[in-house]
Amino acid sequence: MTEACHSQWQYNFAFLDENTKRMLRRALLKAVAIPGYQVPFGSREMPLPYGWGTGGIQLTASIIGQDDVLKVIDQGADDTTNAVNIRRFFARVTGVATTSSTAAASLIQSRHRIPETPLRSGQIMVFQVPEPEALRTLEASEVETRKLHAHQEYGLMHVKLYEDIARFGHIATSYDYPVMVNQRYLSSPSPIPKFDNPKLHMSPALLLFGAGREKRLYAIPPHTRVESLAFDDHPFSVQRWEQACALCGSHDSYLDEIITDDAGARMFVCSDTDYCQQQQEGKA
Amino acid sequence: MSQPVLSVSGLAKDYGNGQGCFDIDFELYEGEVLCIVGESGSGKSTLLATLAGRLSADAGSVRFRDRAGSSHELTTLAEAERRRLARSEWGFVTQHARDGLRMNVSAGANVSERLMALGQRHYGQLRETAAQWLEKVEISRERLDDRPTAFSGGMQQRLQIARNLVTQPRLVFMDEPTGGLDVSVQARFLDLLRRLVHDTGIAVIMVTHDLGVARLLAQRTLVMQQGRVVEAGLTDQILDDPQHPYSQLLVSSILQA
Repeated sequence: MTEACHSQWQYNFAFLDENTKRMLRRALLKAVAIPGYQVPFGSREMPLPYGWGTGGIQLTASIIGQDDVLKVIDQGADDTTNAVNIRRFFARVTGVATTSSTAAASLIQSRHRIPETPLRSGQIMVFQVPEPEALRTLEASEVETRKLHAHQEYGLMHVKLYEDIARFGHIATSYDYPVMVNQRYLSSPSPIPKFDNPKLHMSPALLLFGAGREKRLYAIPPHTRVESLAFDDHPFSVQRWEQACALCGSHDSYLDEIITDDAGARMFVCSDTDYCQQQQEGKA
Repeated sequence: MSQPVLSVSGLAKDYGNGQGCFDIDFELYEGEVLCIVGESGSGKSTLLATLAGRLSADAGSVRFRDRAGSSHELTTLAEAERRRLARSEWGFVTQHARDGLRMNVSAGANVSERLMALGQRHYGQLRETAAQWLEKVEISRERLDDRPTAFSGGMQQRLQIARNLVTQPRLVFMDEPTGGLDVSVQARFLDLLRRLVHDTGIAVIMVTHDLGVARLLAQRTLVMQQGRVVEAGLTDQILDDPQHPYSQLLVSSILQA
């Protein structure tokens, strides 16, 4: 992969230089070897601001190959600003094929969602993570949170869930819902809705998480146990909707509420645009 | 009274400039309250922090017997093991409740934290236990969902006690727990503490500069000056018949009333 790409600016393949990619791959290997453990890496300056997916982009850049087919989603959609821009960025600096179809993609970079179409073995998902430390809201010190991970002292996380129930009567955390990976490391699944948490468990695809600003990456390898934390008398549950998707009629996908006029009319549609389209075509 | 909970011999923590604490020897038994008194800078808090493993000792030994009867040498204990003991067998009550409490979560969560750290995962039971402990420290059950920021200083201090005692530790370290409280609140707090110690049979090591607190609570007292124990013995004995000039000064300055 040392040959330069064919764009007029002559960037290296996938934008990052080969040494940076090697550093990232080394960190990724460690992350895969220790599921859920946050591996520090030297985050590079990217041509977009922190918070727009710099961690995910660096991970994707380090593992993308010429034969890959890339899909990028933002809030489940393939046609939102962030998704379009990142997809175009990689098309330009790598020349690889891009797609909006989950089934056709070999590499999927995502913010907020795991596609509804089940992932298969051999696929890789890359998540853009704003805050990799699940304990951060309760413990500000990085020194202390690292110790808590080292000694597996995770009582603190339940303090947050306890507060949820005490204040709202149920566990109100609905995204970035903490999980225990491989019965060892407490991890933040990035801001995916808890609706997607069950898809992390025993996933046949490799799941990689990159946080550019926080300079951490971690991984959930295929077929790893992932457990969402809960109380015995308040078990983990996912969001449910009374409506079906207004466009495709699906009853079991994650729905977005969309306001359609100033009078407050609204409709519920699938957040996963690719899935929604397939459902519609399947019916037609 | 078979074996001591804690036996300390020749313990020293040297900051390198003559400050610290040196040549500390004592034993502490179940259900006993030991007060460490002395002026500011006499090494009381250093001693407490060294005993609790928050500072590393430079010499001597501290042996702790846990509930199961096995003995641990605290000066050489691995951190993982020390943290396990700190979670399950000890409590630490700080002078400022803000240092010992989580101010941004409710009182109930504060009390339940140690239980959850030990693996309790039933919300209903956690809440019931927390409510019972609030009542034990004379805080109304209705305040369970209030944050400690909404509590008075005395209530915060009592909440800290509840948070520490909920796992029924064998040994509780207290660093001037009455420091910021006014006299009437202090009296009620001490009263409560004495009852809890009596009921639960825990051992307490309390640092204070107030001999009045020692008189109310402690069976035995250590008097410290410049990092060394200048007098040790039964509290009543020290108060009635202080031997060391510094103890005499302390007693004469406090017990005028």
